[in-house]
Amino acid sequence: MAESTLAELEIEVGDIGTHNVIPLLHEIRHALAQLLEEGKETVIDLRSIPLAPGEEAAIEQALGEGEMQAVLSALGPSDFRESSYPGVWLVTHYNHDDKIVGKFVEVAIVPSLLRSQPEDMAAGLRRLEARLMEDGGNQGE
Amino acid sequence: MKNDQTLGEILRDQGISRRGFLKFCAATASLLALPPGSVPAIAAALENARRPSVIWLSFQECTGCTESLTRSDAASIEDLIFNTISLDYHHTLQAASGTGAEDARQSAMKENWGKYLLVVDGSIPTGNPGYSTIAGISNVDMLMEVAAGAAAIVAVGSCASFGGIPHASPNPTGAVSVSDLISDKPVINVPGCPPIPVVIAGVLTQFLTFGIPELDELHRPMAFYGKSIHDRCYRRPFYDRGLFAETFDDEGARKGWCLYKLGCKGPTTYNACATTKWNEGTSFPIQSGHPCLGCSQPDFWDAGGFYQALSIPTGDISRAAVYGVGAGIAAGALMGALNRGRKSHAVRVHEKVTIDDLEKEHEK
Repeated sequence: MAESTLAELEIEVGDIGTHNVIPLLHEIRHALAQLLEEGKETVIDLRSIPLAPGEEAAIEQALGEGEMQAVLSALGPSDFRESSYPGVWLVTHYNHDDKIVGKFVEVAIVPSLLRSQPEDMAAGLRRLEARLMEDGGNQGE
Repeated sequence: MKNDQTLGEILRDQGISRRGFLKFCAATASLLALPPGSVPAIAAALENARRPSVIWLSFQECTGCTESLTRSDAASIEDLIFNTISLDYHHTLQAASGTGAEDARQSAMKENWGKYLLVVDGSIPTGNPGYSTIAGISNVDMLMEVAAGAAAIVAVGSCASFGGIPHASPNPTGAVSVSDLISDKPVINVPGCPPIPVVIAGVLTQFLTFGIPELDELHRPMAFYGKSIHDRCYRRPFYDRGLFAETFDDEGARKGWCLYKLGCKGPTTYNACATTKWNEGTSFPIQSGHPCLGCSQPDFWDAGGFYQALSIPTGDISRAAVYGVGAGIAAGALMGALNRGRKSHAVRVHEKVTIDDLEKEHEK
């Protein structure tokens, strides 16, 4: 018998659910309005909200796919997908085994982790300077 | 790796970028049920945290707690935190044995006196000292010796936290919890049979980040044990509407209705299963169609039948029931009143089976 994944198993869970999907979409609506009016960014932790099986997928479906996708490779991949509502991003962090370790809705112009970090830039500058020094020294020989 | 390095220095030495570190902090905030806005505070605290020495003692236990942790599918968050602590003694995991292992414990204690973190799994027998010994030292003596120099103690699992299964009636070894013996040190209880792996890692992270976390009346970190399973359960709306599975194969069970009547202890059980879940967030017992056993509550083993509704009293009301609060209790009290007649009958007809009885049965 072919091995099936958990996602392929159809589990009937009833039609009531937690009723948290619509309030969450309203929370995102408020956050997006706040981003436009005040420039204030919001992060919503999807793992902190009780959701019935299928409701997380319902939220993703409601948000839809936008124009922009990005992947970060640091301690495992992270997936940044802009939804069909510009400024609303779905951010999923995975570990090295591709298991999800965090799932967030980030309402921002650019998700914070996509920006280059000053500490990494400073380390990069030192590396580049050292390389040029080394190359310069080699050329002088 | 030096013990005086900060976590920030260790992570940089391992080639982890600031982005990677912030990702770790975001996952940690989620794990600790802190708002995402707390990530900068977590980053600042972890950046400067010192690598702690950890001594892990295992007493009357089944190794399930260590299994839970080490079988956590090498999630990078747990990996990261365990790579940054100095696990100086853990007799199940360490390569050294005999006097070499005990020497490692003694030198870790001497070098880090007053600063090391003591982690304990398993209950401690107070009957015959020979019930459980390590290197010829009784569990009580080893606990008292190591606890004396610890900055804090983390009791991992229900056995270390509350006595657990060894403490279950008739408790033949006189098993007690860590906090039954230690009163002059901070004790953080991380109960569960076993605890959720990321919760064990999360408590250690929380200790490194902010020191002793906020605890409930049973010394459990509020971040993980502050809400009942029932409060965070996705099946709660079914409970509120009075839709219950009555058997494991009826219409209610198939439709995923509330398992309260099948003995679910969610209303009186405080743990993070309903949100953190198990197996990398795949599921938890209730989502798999089984009632919560209440394993992170004191005396869960003696709290009546696993498949008896909370509203059906047991002859011996345990601490587990006494500590329970939540919406289910109100309903439980009502149904309990209706069942008083049943209870007195149950107490009248209940016969306890002793070991002598079992032996006689075996001899037949």
